[in-house]
Amino acid sequence: MSSLSKEEIGRYSRHLIMPEVGMDGQLKLKNAKVLLIGTGGLGAPVAMYLAAAGVGKLGIVDFDTVDVSNLQRQVIHGTKDIGKKKVDSAEETMKDINPFIEIVKYEVPLTSANALEILKDYDIVADGTDNFPTRFLVNDACVLLGKPNVYASIFRFEGQATVFCKDDGPCYRCLYPEPPPPGLVPSCAEGGVLGILPGVVGLIQATEVIKLILGEGQLLQGRLMLYDALAMKFRELKIRRNPECQGKCSVVKELIDYQQFCGVPHEEAPLPAPVSSTDITPQEVKKLMDANANFTLVDVREPHEYQICKIDKAKLIPLGDVPKRLNELDKNADIVVHCKMGGRSAKACDVLRANGFTKVRNMTGGILAWADKVDPSLPKY
Amino acid sequence: MPKILIPTPLRQFADKRDTVEVSGATVGEALAALTTAHPDMKKNLFNDEGKLRSFVNVYLNDEDIRFLEKDKTAVGAGDTISIVPSIAGGR
Repeated sequence: MSSLSKEEIGRYSRHLIMPEVGMDGQLKLKNAKVLLIGTGGLGAPVAMYLAAAGVGKLGIVDFDTVDVSNLQRQVIHGTKDIGKKKVDSAEETMKDINPFIEIVKYEVPLTSANALEILKDYDIVADGTDNFPTRFLVNDACVLLGKPNVYASIFRFEGQATVFCKDDGPCYRCLYPEPPPPGLVPSCAEGGVLGILPGVVGLIQATEVIKLILGEGQLLQGRLMLYDALAMKFRELKIRRNPECQGKCSVVKELIDYQQFCGVPHEEAPLPAPVSSTDITPQEVKKLMDANANFTLVDVREPHEYQICKIDKAKLIPLGDVPKRLNELDKNADIVVHCKMGGRSAKACDVLRANGFTKVRNMTGGILAWADKVDPSLPKY
Repeated sequence: MPKILIPTPLRQFADKRDTVEVSGATVGEALAALTTAHPDMKKNLFNDEGKLRSFVNVYLNDEDIRFLEKDKTAVGAGDTISIVPSIAGGR
């Protein structure tokens, strides 16, 4: 074990005077190696506070660049960082907070091919990703390597946190054996997230990381912490280990194809070309408009989204209201449906077809694609 | 009457409510009462065979019903049933 320099002793003095941390605990922090998957909403506060606390080696995995829409919550990045690689921007902030730590950057997507290699050098993994395939990948890699996985996830104003894979405790698959089919659970990009939410939930995650390193307190192992920011309520539910997993995990044998497991198409083209006659591109919709074609454009987003931006002449019927408001539409008319990105409108098309509407088409890519391809003056959100 | 706590992603299918009071002597009956009152909730909770979807957990108070009597778990008037779907957001 290394020792603390004079400068480090000064820096960590508020830790050193607490018996629960003290010199032994601070040295444990200095010698700890923690891997953060994602430097976004959750990763930002986790990275900043773990850096400040003096965790000796912090790995950060992210292949994204900083976008202006990140700044409402990803406080590790600033306005000057827009367009920068997130790992570079995060490193800069962390180094500024604490120059006495080592930061290792992985500017790659975590995949089945590289996960074990990246994770193996760390003691603890903190999962702050934003999609199901990576959640299952991180879990399975932690199961195979026997590394604790400090888990948190967020949606709108709700968060979940726990510690998986600690000794013989439960793993993510004990809690949720399978992912939801694509489209059923919206992401933050689709569903939104309250900017301060990942701050609270991320710091629960960071707290558990520190406790794991120090060996102090009661971990969230076997307990799922639920946080509701609007109600300002914390609730706790039990997570039991899958009874079939005696001694070792009975489910995870090796890393698999997680995109396939989660039903996600492999090539995620930003704007897929129409794959069927029931799809229509924004450019084609514009042509119909310019030709004064007779069709109804239906916007199935929510009223608060309609306030942000809208396509002229679009009729607003939020997805949830479609079944109740069928009588407002003509079954034999040409109907084009759009939403923000194309997911909800596809569902609305299914509802309309199931109710006898025959000429229904889904505008691919939604109003975001419209803003890209047809009307750049529209704000994007 | 037992209380069912509705999670954020599913509130849109329950008239935006966060809590619904239902009648029912078991968890299965309570959930059936919920989906009868709010039919759009059904496909989000159950698969085509009528089984609870594997990314949706149901708790009676703080215990997972998979470790109790599943949908036959008895519920009393003061009990709280929580529906907890998996969420993946982190960014």
